[in-house]
Amino acid sequence: MTRLFRALVTLAVLLIAWQALVWATEVPRYILPGPLLVTSALQRHAPLLLQHGLTTLGEILMGLVLGVALGTGSALVLASVRTARRWLMPLLVVSQAIPVFALAPLLVLWLGYGMASKVAMATLVIYFPVTTALFDGLRRTEPGWLDLARTMGASNVSALWHLRLPAALPALASGVRVATAVAPIGAIIGEWVGSSAGLGYLMLHANARMQVDLLFAALFVLGAFAVTLYAAVDTLLRRALPWQPDTHAFEERD
Amino acid sequence: MHDIVRPGVIPASKRPLVSVSISAARLTYNGVPLFTDVNLRLEPAAITCLLGPSGVGKTTLLRMIAGLAEPEPPTTIAAGDGLPLHERIAYMAQQDLLLPWLDALDNVLLGPRLRGERLSAALVARALDLLARVGLEGREHDRPAALSGGQRQRVALARTLMEDRPLVLMDEPFSALDAITRLRLQELAAELLAGRTALLVTHDPLEALRLGHRVHVMTGKPATIGPALEPPGPPPRAVDDPAVLAMQAELLRRLAS
Repeated sequence: MTRLFRALVTLAVLLIAWQALVWATEVPRYILPGPLLVTSALQRHAPLLLQHGLTTLGEILMGLVLGVALGTGSALVLASVRTARRWLMPLLVVSQAIPVFALAPLLVLWLGYGMASKVAMATLVIYFPVTTALFDGLRRTEPGWLDLARTMGASNVSALWHLRLPAALPALASGVRVATAVAPIGAIIGEWVGSSAGLGYLMLHANARMQVDLLFAALFVLGAFAVTLYAAVDTLLRRALPWQPDTHAFEERD
Repeated sequence: MHDIVRPGVIPASKRPLVSVSISAARLTYNGVPLFTDVNLRLEPAAITCLLGPSGVGKTTLLRMIAGLAEPEPPTTIAAGDGLPLHERIAYMAQQDLLLPWLDALDNVLLGPRLRGERLSAALVARALDLLARVGLEGREHDRPAALSGGQRQRVALARTLMEDRPLVLMDEPFSALDAITRLRLQELAAELLAGRTALLVTHDPLEALRLGHRVHVMTGKPATIGPALEPPGPPPRAVDDPAVLAMQAELLRRLAS
């Protein structure tokens, strides 16, 4: 509760400073609109923002589901099949040297202006952090547990399923947290390159028409989505892994 | 009390006994021989203690018997009946190695679960019974994080016995515990290991003398294993047993030499 209070106070101070800056410098509204103007834009364009916001949110969520599923699958294959590890690991590393954003125009060309190219973009951005986090976790199983499994006569598949995968879930969770934070970037870049809907499209459109207050409003909606999504995923992961040592041990108590 | 028939447990009197002979064991580390031509015999239904300072290679010797380390030629490890040792051993390490996401009961049932066995009511009843025997009745559904170090090692002991193997290999199982907890667990282990062949690797002379039917000292560079000391009376022996105290002095002398 006090944490929320502190966040609100910080927000209020920032907003007041922003408005004061606008009043003091008398900067034109098409360069930097004050928070009051942005709030009014939020109200006026609420249906429009909601419509485009839902498109972007859909892209982010689908990308998240696909990226996490593909990343988990890849990490499991890499960890359990030696041949796959030898042949695919270099490919995976090299593929990450290519900036994913450079692929955005290609994806739009291949998958069209609709949601598919943006979902693909978000999936690509999410795939790598999830794969590396889980693969890393699967490789770092406590050696003593594997010794125990061997003396108990466990097969490799059984040890993977009962020991290595559950032990790697906290690592997967941090991968998913990173993925959740970067997922909106993938969707927005995809929309910038070519689209007819979504917050990224709306922002470009508003920018071109000097509707900077609308641009800020769209940015606010995007930020709200991103923060809410991250908080939801974080809470979900905490609930799912109650045995995980508390990662916030160093955080100050309220 | 070991002859009471429990669901799924082979009574101690009918459990097949196994003896193990290790001969011409050899271990080199970075080109330096840690031991060469070491021989050790594990007598059936007896606790053999291997006592030595750290770094002498006793843990590796245990791991060779457990099948966790590749024996270096010309080492031979053979069971008295000539059958393979594989799947006839239970292993207990210095760390409890409990899985943090499973509760105490599921940790005890880890072996059957890893082998894909169906967790029958009889199996669960046996696990509950073992947990009760190590003094953890009512804590079956606590996760390891909620248990103390001693309680966790009790769960590990129950998990080791759940395997119900004729040969039990223990690698300094109580060395991470405080003195009082260690003494209690030694008593418990001596009682529960009765009727099985066991190898206990330790660096604590008192532990070896309280628990071992036969106590060997492993020292030197390269290391050799001395003849067995056989403390009188059945384990667990009292801490202030005069024979134990006298032998402890002797063991400390041998360890220091």
